Amino acid sequence: MRGLLKLTLTQMKLYLREPVATFFTIFFAPLMLLLFGAIYGNEPSPLFGGRGSMDVSVPSYIGLIIVTVGLIGLPIGTASAREHGVLRRFRATPLHPLAYIVSDIINYLLMTVLGVLLLFLTGKLVFNVRFEGHLLSVLGGFLLGTLAFFALGYLVAGLAPTARTAQTVGMVLAYPMMFLSGATIPWEILPKGIKAFAQYIPLTYVVRLMRGLWFGDAWSQYGTEVAALVGCLLVGGIVAAWTFRWE
Amino acid sequence: MGIAVEVADLYKSYGSVRAVDGVSFTVEEGEIFGMVGPNGAGKTTTIECVEGLRRPDRGTVRVLGLDPQRDGYELRRRIGVQLQQTALHPRLKVWEALDLFGSFYPRRVDGNSLLEQLGLADKRNAPFDKLSGGQKQRLFIALALINDPELVFLDELTTGLDPQARRAMWDLVRDVRNQGKTVFLTTHYMEEAERLCDRVAIIDHGKIVALDTPENLIRSLGAEQRVVFSADKRLDMGMLRQAPGVTRVERVGERVVVYGKGEGLVSGVIGLLERAEVPFRDLRTEQPSLEDVFLALTGREMRE
Ligand SMILES: Nc1ncnc2c1ncn2[C@@H]1O[C@H](COP(=O)(O)OP(=O)(O)OP(=O)(O)O)[C@@H](O)[C@H]1O
Ligand SMILES: [Mg+2]
Repeated sequence: MRGLLKLTLTQMKLYLREPVATFFTIFFAPLMLLLFGAIYGNEPSPLFGGRGSMDVSVPSYIGLIIVTVGLIGLPIGTASAREHGVLRRFRATPLHPLAYIVSDIINYLLMTVLGVLLLFLTGKLVFNVRFEGHLLSVLGGFLLGTLAFFALGYLVAGLAPTARTAQTVGMVLAYPMMFLSGATIPWEILPKGIKAFAQYIPLTYVVRLMRGLWFGDAWSQYGTEVAALVGCLLVGGIVAAWTFRWE
Repeated sequence: MGIAVEVADLYKSYGSVRAVDGVSFTVEEGEIFGMVGPNGAGKTTTIECVEGLRRPDRGTVRVLGLDPQRDGYELRRRIGVQLQQTALHPRLKVWEALDLFGSFYPRRVDGNSLLEQLGLADKRNAPFDKLSGGQKQRLFIALALINDPELVFLDELTTGLDPQARRAMWDLVRDVRNQGKTVFLTTHYMEEAERLCDRVAIIDHGKIVALDTPENLIRSLGAEQRVVFSADKRLDMGMLRQAPGVTRVERVGERVVVYGKGEGLVSGVIGLLERAEVPFRDLRTEQPSLEDVFLALTGREMRE
């Protein structure tokens, strides 16, 4: 237990010592918000059902943070720790393998939360964005989306033979998702043809669920999204557990 | 003295490569046991099967009375492990590594005094990727000792260390043994095995070809000592054979090698040379060593 706590704290320290990872996890989304807020402002618009551009951007950008951590940071971190023999050293201690994984997940989860908090604070303080949902409900949706993407991330790390492959595969999956899911470019302005395809992208489900819950919708309206994300979590999690390697 | 490690009929293959091919040995409590052999001989595979990090194809392994596969958790609390192939997170600092790995064990020693002992005290705040190869090596040895283990495994203890650091490491390993701990190490330096280990297993192509104390291994060879020097071409070789214990004499150009046994060999050779007033240079004696044992057993030099 002491080991688990110490390991988690250490992993977080190490994460924050990586400038690139820290930037993209914690500062990128708030900076995007400032940039597009400066361009579009937050005037109520019929396009967003009477809400402002920034109001809908905040929950959407949560998807951006989730995909960045889950499909880029996590697979690179996991595969390179494996490749360099970092994981082997832990295996030679009495630390339970499950404790290692749990601490890994908690670390990535807390980093994602940090990014979301800063995003919301920026939105609140600079654009006075609206939050109309229930905290617990939003938290639940956030956890589901995040864990589903972590499962996909571990799956990529497990299937990739090297850290370099994990990085490439993660990025090839992540970048189209960022732009086609409504996480960066609002769903409302995506062309119809793209929407027809983009509605099946895993990140689309995260963005829709987050936007819905953020503005107070009930979970019952998002059966498809929840089912799809639970599916990602289960399939990803099972295959990841199957393919996980310590060296 | 009890038995710390017991290995019987150990086999391990990787595809068609037979890395360990029927190995049996025991390590006694309180000894420094060395496994020595050339690259690819199967040292790491053997030691990692004993540590429980690799699963043997066949054979039994008992370590401190435990089965490393079944009781791995209990075992890993009581052993210390230095791996040949490993790394830490590049930005993890030295003190953080000791603090972190120490937290995995119920019993641990003071990290600072370990760093002191290993000459790493001034690197306390250095991140892993800023350490030199030898400093990394010493940090991994510190990590192997952090839990005050009963049994320490050191795979390639001094690879990458300069001669001075190597001697310091030998002293440290002797200290560890003098505290009553057992040490199981691998090396491909014959000299290291000879000077450090109580008993040595020589392994080649996955098989143990000899196992005994270094003195016994060398004695069993019946090898000769050698007196080597350079002398003028006019030296009468027949004269040298009169020295006590000489078995044969060889010369290549100016270089002369006198083979023989017994106490009087060196003084005999020098005496003869002086009496004959033959000028000679660079005289030295060579004792038979584990290198010779390896050569005799495998027909190959240890290193090319
Ligand atoms: N994980 C592995 N997968 C495939 N082959 C392996 C693996 N580990 C070792 N081998 C092979 O098994 C043989 C024994 O390797 P091992 O690492 O045990 O030797 P070693 O005596 O430790 O060598 P060295 O002195 O170079 O460390 C070698 O032929 C090596 O190529
Ligand atoms: Mg080896």
